[in-house]
Amino acid sequence: MTTQNLAGDFYTQCFLSEQDESGRVILNMGPQHPSTHGVLRVIIEMEGEYISRAEPVIGYLHRMHEKMGEVKTYHQYMPNMGRVDYLHALAWNWAYIGAVEKLCQIEVPRRAEFIRVITCEMNRICSHLVWWGAYLLDLGAFTPIMYAFDDREQALDLLQMITGSRLTYCYYRFGGVRTDIDNQFISGARDFCKLMKSRLPMYKDLVTDNYILRKRCEEIGELPLEMARRYGATGPVLRGSGQKYDVRRAEPYSVYPELDFDIPVFNECDAMARYRVRVAEMEQSVRIIEQALSKLPKGDVMAPKAPKRIKPPKGDVYFAVEGARGKIGVYLASDGSSTPYRLKLRSPSYSNLSLFAELAQGTLLADAVSILGSLDLVIPEIDR
Amino acid sequence: MNLFEEIREAVKGLYSLAVGMGVTGRYFVKPEVTVHYPRKTVDNIQTYSGHVELLQGKKNPLESDCIMCGTCERNCPSGCLTVKYEEIVEENPEPEKKKKKTKKMTGLIYDYSYCSLCGQCIENCPVDALGFSNHVYWAEFDRCNITLDLLARLREKLSKSS
Repeated sequence: MTTQNLAGDFYTQCFLSEQDESGRVILNMGPQHPSTHGVLRVIIEMEGEYISRAEPVIGYLHRMHEKMGEVKTYHQYMPNMGRVDYLHALAWNWAYIGAVEKLCQIEVPRRAEFIRVITCEMNRICSHLVWWGAYLLDLGAFTPIMYAFDDREQALDLLQMITGSRLTYCYYRFGGVRTDIDNQFISGARDFCKLMKSRLPMYKDLVTDNYILRKRCEEIGELPLEMARRYGATGPVLRGSGQKYDVRRAEPYSVYPELDFDIPVFNECDAMARYRVRVAEMEQSVRIIEQALSKLPKGDVMAPKAPKRIKPPKGDVYFAVEGARGKIGVYLASDGSSTPYRLKLRSPSYSNLSLFAELAQGTLLADAVSILGSLDLVIPEIDR
Repeated sequence: MNLFEEIREAVKGLYSLAVGMGVTGRYFVKPEVTVHYPRKTVDNIQTYSGHVELLQGKKNPLESDCIMCGTCERNCPSGCLTVKYEEIVEENPEPEKKKKKTKKMTGLIYDYSYCSLCGQCIENCPVDALGFSNHVYWAEFDRCNITLDLLARLREKLSKSS
């Protein structure tokens, strides 16, 4: 009874009022909890060591990115995209730039398209490496993140060479990319591909085949395909449930149709399947980078007719790309002025988080951490 | 779960542990990859873009090329830059014609705390007077100290080098 009298804020009160059986312990996981990777709060109702109900509370990191889009001009909005999802910033860059290019019908030179593919895939590897290290950190394995960050540093050094930043990139431009890549970058990228190929078997030995880890992942957080579809999950979460859906293949953009790569799919539906999808995706990204490097054409990196001031015609457009966490979509409505009328960002983490409430029901509290980690959430992307 | 199963599980776990320790052991004897900042610093920092700065003029190496058009001010997403200048009105020797007006730059105020280093000012500058600096370890305790006068900074730099 005492806990109920003391019980805190609006969310907790609502959560309490929906309680059908009193006397259960209410736990707040977050906003500051190491396994939420940011300020995400999950209210959990415990029945012994098992979770009977869970409810995510979001909005702690809301920065009004969509409203900002309506106030700023098309050029001024570009740096925002790197801040929505800091781990795969280039995919968000691409989604926004691609939407504006589609609306204004700006042609992008082929060399720029290849550079976009190379940098975006390199950024995807970085993102998966951070997830890989942080997920294992959640499960209590400290060493892997050291290896992951060592590899990620190599990729970040390469990206720094051309973009000038290491995390919140603002590299793509309407009609191309900001700087051309040089021979130093190309040879560095080839070395990085070689490095990744030698490291992935080591990761398999160290982690994937580890019996202790597999006990924490296998048959935990089983997400049936029907449920994944119901919540609109995309990316590795959906592919871990056996659906072969990848925006790069389903709604091809840029030069992806010319490149040969597989979409890794696993049918086990558990946290381990999602883990395996991401590790396999890193392998595929290495393959894409190698192909793109060998096919890289000569030419401009900026369209010669790229407009300095964007004033698109009236109309709306939707453009989606495949991010590290799933389908990133940008819906843009223009009224013909120099600022967008409405900008809607579709973030994959939001859909992936919303299924957590149902997924966590009836699991152990320790397994909920594993499930939350396996969804690969980036909180700034959820709140936007 | 019977006793046999439990022993099997323990052996499996121990085997995985041995494999993992083997990997760790191999990397343990390799040279370290971390850099102990601030005792050591990384050597590839020159490609990292620091804050925005005024570049040395191409026409006049003692001054900036800035023409005070205000394009950087207008294009900045966060309004970090403010161009400051004074207008000097000179009497024209021919009395019928208009008075001659010239602009003299007095400063370019830059608020680093709002800057997101997107490079819009640099790309849109018509005379390429702006660029990224290599001043990347800049940090301050007080927010008001993180504002710079880029013109004063350039002049100081030029006077030091000459």
